[in-house]
Amino acid sequence: MSNRRDVWITGIGLVSSLGEGPEAHRLALSSGTAPVVNETGFAPYVVHPLAPISFDAQIPKKGDQRQMEPWQRIGTYAAGLALDSAGIKGDKDILGTTDMVVAAGGGERDQSVDGAILTEIENQPNPEVFLNEQLQSNLRPTLFLAQLSNLLAGNISIVHGVTGSSRTFMGEESSGTDAVRIGWSRIAAGTSEIALVGGAYNAERRDMLLLFALKRLAMHAPWAPVLAQPKGVPTGSAGAFLVLESPEHATARGAKPIAKLSGVWSERARRNEPGAVEAVLEELLKTAGAGNGDETAVFSAASGAPEPTQAEAAVLARSGLPVRSVTDRVGHGLEAQMPVALAMAALSVAEGRLFAPLAGETLEKPFDGPLSRAIVTAVGHWRGEGVALVERAD
Amino acid sequence: MASYTDKAGRPIVVVTGMGLVTSLGQGKQDNWAKLTSGMSGIHRITRFPIDAMRTTIAGTVDYLPKSKSTAPDLSEELATLAADEAIAESGIGTKGAFPGPLFCAVPPIELEWPQRRILAQEAAPNAAVSYDDLLRAAEANGHDAWHERFLYGSIADHLADRFGTRGQPISLSTACASGNTSIQLGVEAIRRGDCDAALSIATDGSVTAEALIRFSLLSALSTNNEVPEAASRPFAKNRDGFIIAEGAGALVLESLEHALARGAKILGVVEGVGEMADSFHRTRSSPDAKPVIGCMRRALADAGVEPDAIDYINAHGTSTPENDRMEFTGMSAVFGERLTGIPISSNKSMIGHTLTAAGAIEAVISLMTIANGRIPPTINYELPDPAIPLDVVPNVARDATVTRVMSNSFGFGGQNVCLILTGEPA
Repeated sequence: MSNRRDVWITGIGLVSSLGEGPEAHRLALSSGTAPVVNETGFAPYVVHPLAPISFDAQIPKKGDQRQMEPWQRIGTYAAGLALDSAGIKGDKDILGTTDMVVAAGGGERDQSVDGAILTEIENQPNPEVFLNEQLQSNLRPTLFLAQLSNLLAGNISIVHGVTGSSRTFMGEESSGTDAVRIGWSRIAAGTSEIALVGGAYNAERRDMLLLFALKRLAMHAPWAPVLAQPKGVPTGSAGAFLVLESPEHATARGAKPIAKLSGVWSERARRNEPGAVEAVLEELLKTAGAGNGDETAVFSAASGAPEPTQAEAAVLARSGLPVRSVTDRVGHGLEAQMPVALAMAALSVAEGRLFAPLAGETLEKPFDGPLSRAIVTAVGHWRGEGVALVERAD
Repeated sequence: MASYTDKAGRPIVVVTGMGLVTSLGQGKQDNWAKLTSGMSGIHRITRFPIDAMRTTIAGTVDYLPKSKSTAPDLSEELATLAADEAIAESGIGTKGAFPGPLFCAVPPIELEWPQRRILAQEAAPNAAVSYDDLLRAAEANGHDAWHERFLYGSIADHLADRFGTRGQPISLSTACASGNTSIQLGVEAIRRGDCDAALSIATDGSVTAEALIRFSLLSALSTNNEVPEAASRPFAKNRDGFIIAEGAGALVLESLEHALARGAKILGVVEGVGEMADSFHRTRSSPDAKPVIGCMRRALADAGVEPDAIDYINAHGTSTPENDRMEFTGMSAVFGERLTGIPISSNKSMIGHTLTAAGAIEAVISLMTIANGRIPPTINYELPDPAIPLDVVPNVARDATVTRVMSNSFGFGGQNVCLILTGEPA
C-alpha cells in the first residue's frame, strides 16, 4: 500500500553458540570461525550449545531467573540486549508503549520427574492414579509458568518493563516469521511506533529432541552443512530480538537505524503437492525483489530437514544470489530462527559486507562487493515459508 | 448512507458468523438456551482418575469422538465444530475456501503421558528410564504421526487445510486472554487493509490430569468439589478458585463494506480493542489494577466511546478471590459510581474457565446477549461479597436492552485484552 511508512531496525539483541551481542557475532562470522557444536553431550545428535552467558547482566534478580526455564532466560536476556542496543532500556515512557510480539515454543519438562515416573509406572496396580500422585507431589509449582509459551513475553514485561502490548505466537518456524511480520505491519501501517519482536530456543534439552526424533528429523553426528547435506535439523540454542521503530519515533529520540526492514512475507505451501515449496519460495523471493540489484545476498534459515531444505537449496541455486546459511553458523532455533537470521542479516547490511563462505557449503560463493540488501529465507521443517527483506538505511 | 469507516476513518469490522462449543453443548442455540436458563456444565471428572486430586470437577467436553484423545486432537475437533458453525452462518466464501487469514488461539501442546509410556515400554531399559531411552524408541518405532500432532502449529495448520484460509495461519497464546487476542489480530488485519475477512478461532480441549495438577499446584482452582454445578461462584463471597473447562468459539470477521457487498447478515460490530500488559507478577495482577484500567480505557478510546456508552459488561469473572476483586477495582476506576448500575455477568459461572478459548466464547455470548435482549446470569451468587458490590445479574437471566458490551479477558503473564462490541454499525 502506498501510505505505508518505513520501518527501521534500531536495536538488536542476539545470543547464540557464537557468543552474545553484535560484536561477538561479527567477529566470529568475519573470521570464519568453525561452528560450535556439541556432538557428544546429546549423542547421537548434534546440538549447538549456548555460549557461556552471565544472565545476571540482563536479569539481575536471581528470583526472576529461578522462575524461568532456560528458553525463557535466553529470550529475556536477548530482549534486554535489544533494548540496550536501541537505547531504551529502563525508559519507562517508551517501554510502556512498546508493542511486543514473541515467537515461542515452551513446555520444557522436568526430565528427572518424568524419568522416575516412567521407571515405575508400569509396575503399579493403577498406573494413572500413580501418575497423578507422583505429579502432585513432585512437580515444582512454578514449573508450569516456565513451560507456558506466553511466559517468555510475561518475563520480558516483568524484568524489562515492556508493557505496551504483548502477544505470543506459536507454530514453530512460521511463528518467528509472523511475529516479525505483525510487528512490522503495525508500524508500517501507522498503528504502532515501536515494537520488540523476537524469540528464543533452548536446544540443549532432550524433550525437544524427542519431538524431532519421532520423525527422525534431528541431525545425527557428525555435523554437516545443511544446504549441501540436509540430513536433519542441527538444533541450536539461541535468542534474538529486534527493536523495530518508525523513522519519526526514532528520529524524535535521536536514534539511528541499524538497517531498514523493508518487508516480511509468509506463506504456507501445501507440502503434499510436489514442487509446492519451491513454487511458494520462488514467488516470495520475487515479491522481496530478489532480482533487483547486485548488492543483495540471501541469508538462509533453512532447517536441515531433508525435503524442504532440498527445495530451498534448489531455489537459492537458481536465484544466482550469494547465499549464507545462518543455520550452519549457529544451528536451528525453531521459533527463534527467523529473528536470529534477521539479526545477522541486519548486522551484515549495516556493515556493508558479507562474511566469508563456509567450507563444504557449496552454494556459498565468495562475495566481496558492497552489501546493501539481504533477503532472509525461512522454510519451516514441516510447514510455513517466509521471507524478509533488510536494506541499508541510508 | 451508512459509512464503511469508523470515527477514526478505519474500516468498520463486523461479525457475520459465530460458532460455539462448551461443556453445555454444541452450537449457539443449545448453549444459549442453557445459559439463559442458568444451567451449569460443570461436573465430576470422568476422563481420568481423580483419586488424590484436590480438585475433582471440571467443565470438560465429554460428548465428542475425540473427548478421550489427546489435547490437540480434542482442541482441533472443538475448533472445527465452532468454525463450521460460524462459516455456515456467515455464508462467506465457498466450501473449503475462506477468503482471509486464520488467527487461532491454541492451548499448550506437548507429547502426553500415554505416548511417553509407550516409548518407555518400547525402549524397555534394564535400568531407570531416561529421555535417552525415549529418544531411541522414537527413532526406531515409527511414531511419525506424533511429530506433527504435538507441534504447536498443527491444529491451526489442519484447520487452514479444512477451511482453506489464506496464507500461513497464526497460532497464538496470551494465556487466558487468547480468545480476545485472536479477535484483536483479525480486527487489526482488516483495519490495516491487509484483508477483507478473517477467521478468529480460540479453542481449548486440554484438561488432562497433568494440566489439572499444574493449576492446582498454583492454587488457582476451586476445591468446592461437593456440588460441581455450584462450584463456580464469580464475585460471590465464597468463591475460591476457577473451574477448568473446555470449549471453542469462532467468529467470522469482515469489513462492513465486504459484508454488505455480498448481502451478509451483520451479527455485530467489533468496535474497539484495548490491550495493556502488566509487569507486576507472573500470575498476579498489579494490586492497583492500573494495567486492567489502562486496557479498558484503551478499548473505549479505540471504539471512540465514553464509559457511559457501555450498558453491559461480560466480565472475565473467573471466580478466583483475586481476579474478581481486581476486576472490580479496575471497573470501579473506569466506570466510577455508575458501576453498580451496570449489569455485569460472568459466563464462567456456568461453563467454567475455558482458558485459551474463553475470550472468543464470551464474545459470541456477548453478541447473542445484544441480539436477544437478554442477559445470561451469574449463577451460584448466593453470598454477595460486600467488598465488591456489583449487579451481577444474580442467578436468573434478565431481559434488557443491550446496545454496547465490554468483554474482558485477563491472563497469566500480565495479559489483558478488552473488547467493545455492538450490535449495529453506528
